[in-house]
Amino acid sequence: MSGLPHRLPEAALGGRAGRLIDRSQTLSFTFDGKTLTGHPGDTLASALLANGVRVVGRSFKYHRPRGLIGIGSEEPNGLFAIGDGARMEPNIRATQAELYDGLTAQSQNRWPSLDFDVGALNARFSRLFPAGFYYKTFMWPRVFWKHIYEPFIRRAAGLGPPPQDADPDSYEQVHVHCDVLVVGGGVAGIAAAKAAMDAGARVIIADESARFGGITDLEGGTIDDIDPVEWMRATVAELAANERVQVLKRTTVSGHYDHNYAVMMERVADHNPALIAAGAPRHRLWKVRAGEVVLASGAIERPLAFADNDTPGIMLSSAVRGYVARYGVTPGHDAVIITNNDDAYRTAQTLFEAGVNVARIIDTRPDAQGTLVDRVKAFGTRLTFSSGIAGVVREAGGKGLRAIKVAPLRRSGRVGDVETIPCDLVCMSGGWNPAVHLFCHVTGKLDFSEDLASFVPGTTNERLRVVGAANGTFDLPSILKEATAGGHAAAKAAIGKAGRAPKAPTARADSEGPMEPVWFMPAEGAKNEGNKHFLDFQNDVTAADVELAVREGYRSVEHVKRYTTLGMATDQGKTSNINALGIVADALEISIPQVGTTRFRPPYTPISFGAFVGQKRGALFQPIRRTPIQSWHEVNGADYEPVGQWRRPYCFPRASETREQAVIREVLAVRTKVGLLDASTLGKIEVSGPDAGKFLDLMYTNVMSSLKVGRCRYGLLMNDQGFLFDDGVVARLDDDRFLVHTTSGNADHTAAWFELWHQTEWPKLNLFITPVTEQWAQFAIAGPKARQVLQSLDSDLDFSADAFKFMDYQAGHLNGAPVRVFRISFSGELSYEVATPAGRGLALWQAVIDAGTVHGLEPYGTEALHVMRAEKGFIMIGDETDGTVTPLDLGLSWAVSKKKADYVGKRALQTPALQRPDRRQFVGIETDDPTFVLPDGVQAIDGTDASAAEPIGYVSSTYYSPTLDRSIAFALIERGSERMGETVHFPIDDRLVAGKIVDPVFYDKEGERQNV
Amino acid sequence: MLVLHCPVCGIEGEEADFHCGGEAHLVRPQSHDPENVSDEVLRDYLYLRQNPRGLHCEMWQCTRGCGKWFNAVRDTVTMEFKAFYRMDQKAPDLANFDEGQS
Amino acid sequence: MNRYSIFTLARNALTFHKGWQKAWRSPEPKSEYDVVIVGAGGHGLATAYYLAKEHGVTNVAILDKGWLGGGNTGRNTTIIRSNYLQPESIAIYELSRSLYEGLSQELNFNIMFSPRGLLNLCLTEHELRVFKRIVHANRIAGLDTQFLSREEVKGLVPLINDSPDARYPLLGALYQPRGGTARHDAIAWGYARGADALGVDVIQNCAVTGISRRGGSVTGVDTTRGKIKAKKVAVVAAGHTSVIMDMAGVRMPLESVALQAMVSEPVKPMLDVVVMAGAVHGYVSQSDKGELVIGGGADACNNYSQRGSIPALEHTATALLELFPAFSRMRMLRQWGGIVDMSADRSPVIGETDVKGLYVNCGWGTGGFKAIPGSGFVFADSIANDRPHPIAEPFGLNRFLEGRMVDESTAAAVAH
Repeated sequence: MSGLPHRLPEAALGGRAGRLIDRSQTLSFTFDGKTLTGHPGDTLASALLANGVRVVGRSFKYHRPRGLIGIGSEEPNGLFAIGDGARMEPNIRATQAELYDGLTAQSQNRWPSLDFDVGALNARFSRLFPAGFYYKTFMWPRVFWKHIYEPFIRRAAGLGPPPQDADPDSYEQVHVHCDVLVVGGGVAGIAAAKAAMDAGARVIIADESARFGGITDLEGGTIDDIDPVEWMRATVAELAANERVQVLKRTTVSGHYDHNYAVMMERVADHNPALIAAGAPRHRLWKVRAGEVVLASGAIERPLAFADNDTPGIMLSSAVRGYVARYGVTPGHDAVIITNNDDAYRTAQTLFEAGVNVARIIDTRPDAQGTLVDRVKAFGTRLTFSSGIAGVVREAGGKGLRAIKVAPLRRSGRVGDVETIPCDLVCMSGGWNPAVHLFCHVTGKLDFSEDLASFVPGTTNERLRVVGAANGTFDLPSILKEATAGGHAAAKAAIGKAGRAPKAPTARADSEGPMEPVWFMPAEGAKNEGNKHFLDFQNDVTAADVELAVREGYRSVEHVKRYTTLGMATDQGKTSNINALGIVADALEISIPQVGTTRFRPPYTPISFGAFVGQKRGALFQPIRRTPIQSWHEVNGADYEPVGQWRRPYCFPRASETREQAVIREVLAVRTKVGLLDASTLGKIEVSGPDAGKFLDLMYTNVMSSLKVGRCRYGLLMNDQGFLFDDGVVARLDDDRFLVHTTSGNADHTAAWFELWHQTEWPKLNLFITPVTEQWAQFAIAGPKARQVLQSLDSDLDFSADAFKFMDYQAGHLNGAPVRVFRISFSGELSYEVATPAGRGLALWQAVIDAGTVHGLEPYGTEALHVMRAEKGFIMIGDETDGTVTPLDLGLSWAVSKKKADYVGKRALQTPALQRPDRRQFVGIETDDPTFVLPDGVQAIDGTDASAAEPIGYVSSTYYSPTLDRSIAFALIERGSERMGETVHFPIDDRLVAGKIVDPVFYDKEGERQNV
Repeated sequence: MLVLHCPVCGIEGEEADFHCGGEAHLVRPQSHDPENVSDEVLRDYLYLRQNPRGLHCEMWQCTRGCGKWFNAVRDTVTMEFKAFYRMDQKAPDLANFDEGQS
Repeated sequence: MNRYSIFTLARNALTFHKGWQKAWRSPEPKSEYDVVIVGAGGHGLATAYYLAKEHGVTNVAILDKGWLGGGNTGRNTTIIRSNYLQPESIAIYELSRSLYEGLSQELNFNIMFSPRGLLNLCLTEHELRVFKRIVHANRIAGLDTQFLSREEVKGLVPLINDSPDARYPLLGALYQPRGGTARHDAIAWGYARGADALGVDVIQNCAVTGISRRGGSVTGVDTTRGKIKAKKVAVVAAGHTSVIMDMAGVRMPLESVALQAMVSEPVKPMLDVVVMAGAVHGYVSQSDKGELVIGGGADACNNYSQRGSIPALEHTATALLELFPAFSRMRMLRQWGGIVDMSADRSPVIGETDVKGLYVNCGWGTGGFKAIPGSGFVFADSIANDRPHPIAEPFGLNRFLEGRMVDESTAAAVAH
């Protein structure tokens, strides 16, 4: 369908206008609710231009109407919220959004509408808002910042609407290796990839756009005597056909990291929602480890700084050429070209051949010659040299372009002899910046090229080379030579051999004369003041802003950037950086290299958090570690708590029971009958070998080597700084074999810790350390009837009090399953911990439940365990310890050997601070009111004046004890062990609660119950 | 993401497959003469670090390979590894470091 | 010095802002100063400012090898809070936070302190107990820290995933209503402008290459712009402290490592408070510009490379997407690293060294930004009066000799 005001007829440009679009099909899409049409192959940008849409957005600060200026990822203005509901995504560049039927696009940063934007009032007062104005005002009165100024600024700032819902789409990540990664699928990338492929390398070549070829399709010339477009098509087909080559389009190499690690984001389905419906991920993040990287990322055209250069209708020259040739769209009908280089003459030629009037070419140079210029002259186009644009005649509200004012560029900066040229399109070209971003991400350092007035790659420590325009090489024959040699050399460096260097394809191209930088074009008017020469379009940074920053002493380029926000918008300064450096250099009267450049940061273009996270969402975020008993917990109503990567039953509430009621019931069941706890998460490490005992003596504070086979001993682990970090029971399985138990959360750490010490400090000790946590299901059968339950099961073990004593270990069988049984107790009751191979765990668990039911057995969770250990005065790692507590603080000196010459932490325990008598020590607390349970972590004070008091300690554990029917607590109190019986106070909100310092063992002080 | 080479089992792997343990070749004084370790000597061992800008000898563990600890020389500015060597090998002379020696 | 206000802004608008003076001079270094401060980041500049303002010590030079505020001051995620666990930490961070409250007015430079409130999400039973302990420790220290229920958190942060089926169900949060953020560059610029106006020489592009001693005392520094004599030298060089102190032959309990951070593209307001989630190593706020500012963990090995790296940020992004599923369609705009100096107990080191006249202020690790005003205030006081300020005293170097750590590790898996 044609008839759109800016869509050129198919016959234009010698029948080649709209090379990428399929005019036989029509797609419809909406723009701010209005339905428009385009063709397959269009981007949202080209379709909007074809429909005559000029204003595509409002700028960040002044809310000035803005049109498209670019055609690719450099576009600063054309940002849209695309999609609906949970699939809405803000800030998408129209130039990169491929059109599909039903696409919905909303313009951004305007209210109530794009055409009438209240925020445009800002522009009226723009003189009050120079760079950094907010540092100078909004200070009084103080409270206004929080309540008035900042909320207003926040609403005015931002770009697109924020996503509100969970993302319904999926994302994936893949990890790949290759010999050579070629970044960019322009002619240089294609030639480099081919050379690398021919040399036998495994190659990945990626380009951010939907097609390969870069801008070579807009440059003319021939390669191997055919149209470069045909040559590239054939060569890409050859690459794609080779199984050692991966050709990726819509894939941006966004970051280059240490040791040639590259991250690429492939937009798999953004251009075609039907793919999502078919199950495709929306984005795919590629993590590439490349032997060598060839950077062929091309170059980005620079705008020119003249007054009101942001008026819709003023675009980059190469972009206009691209819209005409690729999409058959002309953004205007009367064009003016403003340039400081020869490349823009190609745009003139394209426009002429497409039947668009080129009213004038304004060249800032004194003269230009060569085939490109001659050809344009032959069309009869008027050229004006040594001139610039001194102003723009804008439509009402600045929404369009009526004419430009041309004036000679004079050394004095004075503007005169102004000529007004009516036009609705300005194609500007300020030269080209090599896209060196990825070169800089790791260690690359840049050089300045005077010829290009831009930075080019210098040195790098990475195995990376740069070819083509990205390296500052712009003529086609040289690009092909450089890229072919670079691809071959990369292959050789990556795989060691590569055969003879290939010959580059022969190419013919128009030669170009030198460019001359122009950083600023004076505007009409006496003083040039109050004019807006935009440098950073999206962030509304003007030349005057940059000059102001320099004037105020922000001389470093980083200061200028941060003070003005230049280069910090979503385009990250792709079109603005060098122009700003030119202005800073002029203002400081130094050279651009002396000013330096800011550092480019990944990503090259933004990557979605969805892709960054990939599949690691929901159930795959942090997979839950499951004990062999987990499925039983699930069907028996467990109420969980996360513990490390585990999810342990906190309690097993029955119908209509609260958590608290369930815990009380479970505690009483264990105290009076029998309970069953899944302790499989408990860390288990086997230490075996002739020196195992000697090694454990170095790890533990107490002596383990003296342990007899078949016996268990409680032990403490300190770090070498003297602080307690774990505890647990060690069992001697055999002469040369110990089983170490750790807390659930510290199992992995402790095993690694043992390895570290063994390998680095005591490598001569002969032993192995084997973590076996996952190999065993383990449960505690605790309570006065525990023995009866076990005895009712088929077993070759004698569970009687005499045959199986407290702290004994025995191996045997239970209900047919091999078991290790430890008679140890964390509840203080008669208790056996039974370990069986993980695969037998569930069956044995069920057998114990079946056997125990007649005895009143109930499963219990972690909270009942915690309550019972507190009743018994046992510490809990993580509650009573926090990395600052020593075994001595906890009254565990009985487990800290004085005899052993050395063990980890021993010497540090002697340092002055750890020996101070006024350290906080572990005590029990009984509140005067036995029904009152102290809050967790409440601070303790001496005396009753909370406002004046320094805390002397805090409550580390606090519970209602069902066994004692009163509250109990542990605290760490200064000199606590000397203060038994004294009263301390706990400030809680605005009152004080009194409590007495007591022995922390609240129940069964003699330990008789576990000994029965 | 760095690439490391384990000198014990020989695998080459990603940083995520290894674990860094900090400065290598620290001498634990208690292991040699536990009765005569001053607070100063203890502090130096426990807390003070060279933390150089440049070449650094450090410990790494091949956590997803053989599990062994080994040492590496790395440039802390460029992140390049210059050498990997076993725990029982001597510390290289960084002042006269020759990249060829590994 | 030009006053900054809406009136001067309007007056200067009339002349197209051509009348603004430089925010600070660019003086040549003199041959001798009373105090030379090495490192013109936030902490060093604040030290210089308070030396001049509070103690009348104005013969001060502050040297930087690059541009002022070019290190971590301009590379952090700008979180300000004081809800720490240990009393020593609470004291210095709360002093700092309270100084932040009046800093725009004091410096006549809008540093945009935004006390928008800060949440430490509670995602495990263990955290619940620790956070309750912090609430009580903070209350007794006079802070208004609260514990919020899940519903209250949801009210402040509507986009949060409060499903009981979440991997780590939200149990509530530690809330410091007066925590928040500030504009990071403005802190450096505001202090630089203030110090300069009081006579301090802020000297950029002047790298220190040596520290001179005579016997046990410091006598000055060698720089790329010549020798400078000084009675006192204060090193405030964050990640580069070990390198500078090595010039004086002093070894430090520090390791330098790149801490990773990133921002998203800007959008309209979606998150009005600062959210930290220690259990899953993520923290995020939305800047006034609309960007989500996201802090990640540190690299796995020590380094002096400010490049961005992937693993730490990927971990953080993964966690944040679980908490905020709507972030999935936001995009990462920029990532970077800042070289932080992690001390052995992750708490700062402030005070004089064994070399007389040589002072050091470092070890702020991942949490330095929030401490800038307080750190500068107590450090200036310690330098001017030749004895540690009471709030700085617990952070002296001698604690590593005595084994007297100030350890916050239990309070935050990531201590930011």
